[in-house]
Amino acid sequence: MTDQAQLLPGTLDLLILKAVSLGPLHGYGVLLRIGQISGSALLIEQGALYPALFRLVRQGLLTSSWGISENNRRAKFYELTVTGRERLNEETDGWNRLAIAMAAALRATPEEV
Amino acid sequence: MSLFASIRTLASGLFLRHKVDREMNEELRSHIAHRADDLERSGVPRTEAERRAAVEFGGRVRFEQESKEQMGGRFVETLLADIRFGFRMLRKTPGFTSAAVITLALAIGANAVVFSVLNGLVLRTVNVPQGQRLFTIERGKDHSPQQSYPDYLDLRERNRSFDDMLAFTIAPVGLDTGGSASSAWVYEASGNYFDMLGLQPYLGRFFHGSDEHGPNSSPYIVLTYSYWRSHFQSDPSVVGRMVQVNKHPYTILGVAAPDFRGTELFFLPDFWVPIVNQEQIEGWNGLNNRGGRGMYILGQLKNGVLQAQAVADLNSVAAYLSKTYPKDDGDSTLNLARPGLMGDMLGGPVRGFLSGLTLLAGLILLAACANLGSLFAARAADRAKEIALRLALGSSRSRILRQLLTEAVIVSILGGVVGMLAAVALLRWLSAWQPVPSFPIVLPVNPDARVYAVALLLALVSGVLFGLVPVRQVLRSDPYQTVKAGANGTAGRRITFRDVMLVLQIVACAVLVTSSLVAVLGLARSVHAQFGFSPQNAMLVSTDLDMADYRGDRVPQMQKRLLDAVEDIPGVSSAGLSDRVPLALGWGTSTIFKDSTTDLRSSAAAAEAMVYNISPGYLEAAGTQLLTGRIFTSHDDAKSPRVAVVNREFARKIFGSPENAVGGYFKLSGGERIQIVGLVEDGKYMTLTEDQQPAVFFPILQSPSSATWLEVRSNRDPQQLAMALDSTIRGLDPGLPFKIITWNKEMDTALFTSRVATVSLGVLGTMGAMLAVTGIFGMASFTVSRRLRELGIRIALGAQRKEVLSAALGRTLWLMMFGSISGLLLGLAATKALALIVYQATPRDPLVLAGVVVAMFVFGLIATWIPASRALRADPMMLLREE
Repeated sequence: MTDQAQLLPGTLDLLILKAVSLGPLHGYGVLLRIGQISGSALLIEQGALYPALFRLVRQGLLTSSWGISENNRRAKFYELTVTGRERLNEETDGWNRLAIAMAAALRATPEEV
Repeated sequence: MSLFASIRTLASGLFLRHKVDREMNEELRSHIAHRADDLERSGVPRTEAERRAAVEFGGRVRFEQESKEQMGGRFVETLLADIRFGFRMLRKTPGFTSAAVITLALAIGANAVVFSVLNGLVLRTVNVPQGQRLFTIERGKDHSPQQSYPDYLDLRERNRSFDDMLAFTIAPVGLDTGGSASSAWVYEASGNYFDMLGLQPYLGRFFHGSDEHGPNSSPYIVLTYSYWRSHFQSDPSVVGRMVQVNKHPYTILGVAAPDFRGTELFFLPDFWVPIVNQEQIEGWNGLNNRGGRGMYILGQLKNGVLQAQAVADLNSVAAYLSKTYPKDDGDSTLNLARPGLMGDMLGGPVRGFLSGLTLLAGLILLAACANLGSLFAARAADRAKEIALRLALGSSRSRILRQLLTEAVIVSILGGVVGMLAAVALLRWLSAWQPVPSFPIVLPVNPDARVYAVALLLALVSGVLFGLVPVRQVLRSDPYQTVKAGANGTAGRRITFRDVMLVLQIVACAVLVTSSLVAVLGLARSVHAQFGFSPQNAMLVSTDLDMADYRGDRVPQMQKRLLDAVEDIPGVSSAGLSDRVPLALGWGTSTIFKDSTTDLRSSAAAAEAMVYNISPGYLEAAGTQLLTGRIFTSHDDAKSPRVAVVNREFARKIFGSPENAVGGYFKLSGGERIQIVGLVEDGKYMTLTEDQQPAVFFPILQSPSSATWLEVRSNRDPQQLAMALDSTIRGLDPGLPFKIITWNKEMDTALFTSRVATVSLGVLGTMGAMLAVTGIFGMASFTVSRRLRELGIRIALGAQRKEVLSAALGRTLWLMMFGSISGLLLGLAATKALALIVYQATPRDPLVLAGVVVAMFVFGLIATWIPASRALRADPMMLLREE
């Protein structure tokens, strides 16, 4: 498990939004999708997903509805709202800027200073 | 997040709690089941897969809890938990809790009562539709609300600012419903009275303007609801019934609605009669007498007309009147006042007194808040360890503050409810109280929704106020220090917030104690004051002969028969008769001119004197001292020259000195010359606090009146005498209604205002005192318990009792002294206002000063007694071991 990275605070919400933006998912599906798109590199405690989901619903970024899963079980599916999609775009941009800046900063060598 | 979404989730959190719980549970189980499906697919047996899935998921309860918090419905649950915890903490300290609740109950109760009275008398207008457009029309510089009927007709016809105007006046009548006659109080009202006010009858019909066809043309009465209930047993068949009013047949037209209590707040009539029947009701007809002012005029302002415009309009009518009738309407300006309290005549003093009372009640509430604030601060300090532990265990400061605030609000609501219950009981009693024996005065002060709302608001605001006092304490507390060193880690600043609170409280208390002492002493003095007559051992019989339809010559004949019969009752030492008595409600004045004056317009008058028409025996029976000259005889009748007896003030005003008065002459506005034959002592006539008034007494045979008071002086037991009087007068005329009352009881009327002032100030003073005592007590106990360890060490090191006490309580006592002195000074300044209501109220009275000092000293002693003895009993060994 050592090749899995700890999540930075605040990134879980962004990951969930991204995962759901690719299609409606139930909770466990969100988890699987994150694993899939991150190449199983990110560690998420299963239960910790739910407070984040409820928070996003309350913020109006996700909507939820009950449906039947591919396993033929009742499950609650989450979908991105319009505000959710806007938020995802904003946060993606923000994240990219941060990542570029961080990468540039960490590449710095004594000669460049 | 959109507001709507948050409200929806909050609402679902509030109302759909069970559904939400169930759904969340199902969702989490569904998650675990999906995971187990995956594990099963990878070859793990089902049971093992389910177990592993659950373990992987982690602490389900915790995540459920966190999820709920994220959903926002958590607020209510936290609140409920806070409330439960708050109640538990409050139950653990019953002494603190009951002290806090009682303190607040007193303050809220006092404020609720005062506000309710304010609400009933000042804020609430007369209870009619469109009451806010209703105004009383006042006359002249002294804002007299009394007008004459001819003026009323002119004002109604000629004004352009009012939709309509009505006139009414208050009078007693004899009512005979088939049994024996009894007296009742009526409003004589113009025909448009009910129509203008926009009222509908409860039963039957009202009288209207169309029922007026000249004098005595309208023999109808309309009952008030309460009189219909109490005297006609709510019998709906009274409509159309004939009754005898002053021995004239009248028809009951209908009953007014329960919530209409007449257009004067203090005076609840028994029924209404049309004013055109004044002659039958009062025995004389003032409908054509432009100078005879005894009516109140109410006007209903037109929509959109400003008050100032209406006043200007009225005064243009007044200018016309004074030009047309210079003798009667000489120089009168008209003005508007709020209706219901006889214009500004009662309204002014009532509003003044109530604002003073409101201020004092506010002071009480402030003192109570200060008190509770320091109580809560002390409690927070006592709980420093508990709070520190909770902070150390990861509780947030806002969470702890929320908890403390919840406790404060619980206390404030409990206190508010208890206070309001007490207030309602008191107000019910006040509303049913008849303070003045010979007049239907009522205090319409029952609490309404507004009162409850204000009380609740006050309770909540004060709860938040004193709940916030310990906030800084909690925010600054350092859990590490507190747990390590105990609560007394920080040394106090020079002057703390608590010190200021305590001083404020003591100042408020001293002001209240000073004012109530002044009021009580004033009342005590007024009972023994020089009234100019002696109410002790005297009985009064009041009646009006026109209630039994005595007219003309029959009036003096009947008065003589009454007087003779009463004088013959065994044990009666003297008896007199007059048309009114001093210091009862109602008075008459006459304009007096010097004998040399020939211009008899009111601007040339020398004095406005109180007038009493009396029988020869009156002065002796009333106990009024004759200084020089003679009293009247039965020969001073209509056929002999007019004479008068005057008081010293009258003589001083007309003749410069009392000595010259007897034998001198003066004139009335009609030009009659009257000789003064006697001089009597000064007295009180209208109110106890009035400036000395000139008074003149005329022989009743020369100025007859059907209004009759008998003054009967006797040493007999009042009850026996009353029975003898009752049977004697009934024997003369069973159809004449009358009332018997001791003169001391009748004095209730005059003492009413100062009694009300004294009682209310006394109650507020007592409350202030109680608050100060608990405040000082709280402060002293707090100081002592904080420094108990230090005191114990001092005792162990051999400190004397005096030193221990001064260390423990010195500061408190200094604060107290400072507060008392400033309060006393403030009280001295404020009691000037008291002198307006309370007889001879002077705060510069050594008795008052000494009383306040002694009272404050005693309060201090009571309040510090327990903490002081606790400080002295501090056992060093115990305390050192404890830490």
